[in-house]
Amino acid sequence: MEKLIAWIDDRFPLTKVWNEHLAQYYAPKNFNFWYYFGSLALLVLVNQIVTGIFLTMNYKPDAALAFGSVQYIMYDVSWGWLIRYMHSVGASMFFVIVYLHMFRGLLYGSHRQPRELIWIFGALIFVALMAEAFMGYLLPWGNMSYWGAQVIISLFTAIPYVGNGLARWVRGDFVVSDATLNRFFAFHVIALPLVLVALVFVHLVALHKVGSNNPDGIEIKKKKGSNGIPLDGIPFHPYYTVKDIVGVTVFLMVFAAIIFFAPSMGGKFLEHDNFIPANILSTPLDIVPLWYFTPFYSMLRASTTDFTHGMLAVSTVLVAGLAFFTRKGAMAKVASVIIAAVLVLGMFTLEAKLWGVIMMGSSIVLIFFLPWLDRSPVKSIRYRGALYKGALTVFVISFILLGYLGTKSPDAVSLFLFKNVLWAQIFTLVYLGFFVLMPWYTKIDKTKPVPERVTFK
Amino acid sequence: MKKILLSLLLALLPVVAHADEGPKLDHVRIDLSDRASLQRGARIFVNYCLSCHSAAYLRYNRMGHDLGISNQLVKQDLLFAGDKVGDRMQAVMPAVEAKKWFGVAPPDLTLEARYRGTDWIYTYMRSFYRDPKSFSGWNNTVFPHVAMPFVLYGWQGEQRAVFSTRKLVSHTVENGKPVTEVSEEKVFDHFVLAKPGTMTPKQYDQSMRDLVNFMAYMAEPAKLERIRVGIYVLIFLAVFLVLAILLKKEYWKDVH
Repeated sequence: MEKLIAWIDDRFPLTKVWNEHLAQYYAPKNFNFWYYFGSLALLVLVNQIVTGIFLTMNYKPDAALAFGSVQYIMYDVSWGWLIRYMHSVGASMFFVIVYLHMFRGLLYGSHRQPRELIWIFGALIFVALMAEAFMGYLLPWGNMSYWGAQVIISLFTAIPYVGNGLARWVRGDFVVSDATLNRFFAFHVIALPLVLVALVFVHLVALHKVGSNNPDGIEIKKKKGSNGIPLDGIPFHPYYTVKDIVGVTVFLMVFAAIIFFAPSMGGKFLEHDNFIPANILSTPLDIVPLWYFTPFYSMLRASTTDFTHGMLAVSTVLVAGLAFFTRKGAMAKVASVIIAAVLVLGMFTLEAKLWGVIMMGSSIVLIFFLPWLDRSPVKSIRYRGALYKGALTVFVISFILLGYLGTKSPDAVSLFLFKNVLWAQIFTLVYLGFFVLMPWYTKIDKTKPVPERVTFK
Repeated sequence: MKKILLSLLLALLPVVAHADEGPKLDHVRIDLSDRASLQRGARIFVNYCLSCHSAAYLRYNRMGHDLGISNQLVKQDLLFAGDKVGDRMQAVMPAVEAKKWFGVAPPDLTLEARYRGTDWIYTYMRSFYRDPKSFSGWNNTVFPHVAMPFVLYGWQGEQRAVFSTRKLVSHTVENGKPVTEVSEEKVFDHFVLAKPGTMTPKQYDQSMRDLVNFMAYMAEPAKLERIRVGIYVLIFLAVFLVLAILLKKEYWKDVH
């Protein structure tokens, strides 16, 4: 055995890789509940790829056959129902895990220096995952798949001049059709999975270069023993491998409970309107995306003409004000004036729909800038002041309620007092405000002193 | 911290509230372990529904296997002439013909229970009433102006719908003056059995329950299997979890 490993090591850095990334990769010993979601995300990625391969064996990317082939998998393929439910429930669980994983970052400052690139790769994974989920959702060719794709692709038409051509180019047709199904299939099973796997790889490479953050948000590499090993570090293998087995088992129990006892999740994971084939002549009563997109869908629908005009007016005044009061140089002043002018011009020329798309887009783009928006001297929420704690709580509540409102009609009253659209506008402002005001409130927040070593037990 | 976790968990629960304005649906109890009911439902479905509607994702022998009906019996009682026991359940009437007769092709019903819901089908099948103004002579309170004629009127008899009128008052502003408009709307109130059928209302409801029960099975035959398998999977994982926790504790003893 040793001889074999030596033989391999001469030709491939097997022992080196094993040690660097597992046996001698020192992770902080104080990981808590929130640190399970990284390994779980990897597990679900593998689940999606493996079940996806088996689904592809019986699925037919053809507008006339797609719906029937999915039913063939459900009715005739041995264990086909299990493979499909693992894939469809897995998609929803992927988002649950990724949202919790990102929330962990916000809790403990995992996006902060020196982990900015890990965060950016992660944000790219999130964007790729959304594209992957959106395209995969068309493949069963149910009526909700069809109209969901129709609505989302039509967002491109909001772009002036080139919008209509762009939407037609994406669809490959004037409406969502067989051509669209074929290209979405290609993207869903080849292009995006490759992108996702590559991004996950660099996400992990970047992580292992700087080392993991921890719930105290302090760098364990600053306190090393005489042997050069961080005092608060333990080898990832075997300590975190055995710990993650526990996390994986608990997750699998939740996953299995949904797959076997509630795979449609009352219409939330598999929608009722997707049990009839795509029909260009019959629109579902409410076209609603799956739950993981509804927060963003809410923000899109929140942009009524009045709301976007109000927001643009306020931001124009703010940016123009910045030009007068900034202590920065002439360049900054000129830039502010130009931005203000562009905003005013946009307000009078662009329609509300486009501003809705811009707002939804910026809600995702802002995530990328988080490492630089956060000016707090500490990383972890344990040592932050009331301002950040309050901001994060309000942000999370807004995000969840935006998701809830995204499943409801904008004109109904689902919460209290106001119509859904007004609540969605309020929560959109909170969502954007969380990021935009972050440089200010994290700077003036009263922080607590950070300990030298991690807290354990 | 705990509060944040709790609110996140709550967000994952399926949202139950559903405030659609539709017809009031009667609840039907679905029990896939009630084999006799499933078999009676299958008989009704094959004899009456399958003339016009397909259930093309399900095969006869699969149905027989799941419902405990031997292939021999399936061939004898449930197959149409010319069909094989491994065939998909296709409508007798070709879709093109059906479209000529009814104006629309009768939809495939395999997945109907997952699309509309079982309560919907149950209420729909009990909500046909005589309406001389309609094309087929029948109308339905759950699905107004449905193209389908009431096939089971021999069983249920003829229902007459009794409507009450509701005043609708709307306030609008026209040319700067407030305008109040009052209109009347017909609201369905209840049914009267004008001509009884061969079944009592209770027997008819029972038959429709059997039919809907069968349609619930048909929409997801895997449900019979997945619940049984799921219990074993969870038991296995629970045992495995105990071992995993013990293993973790053993290793982590020396972390201080």
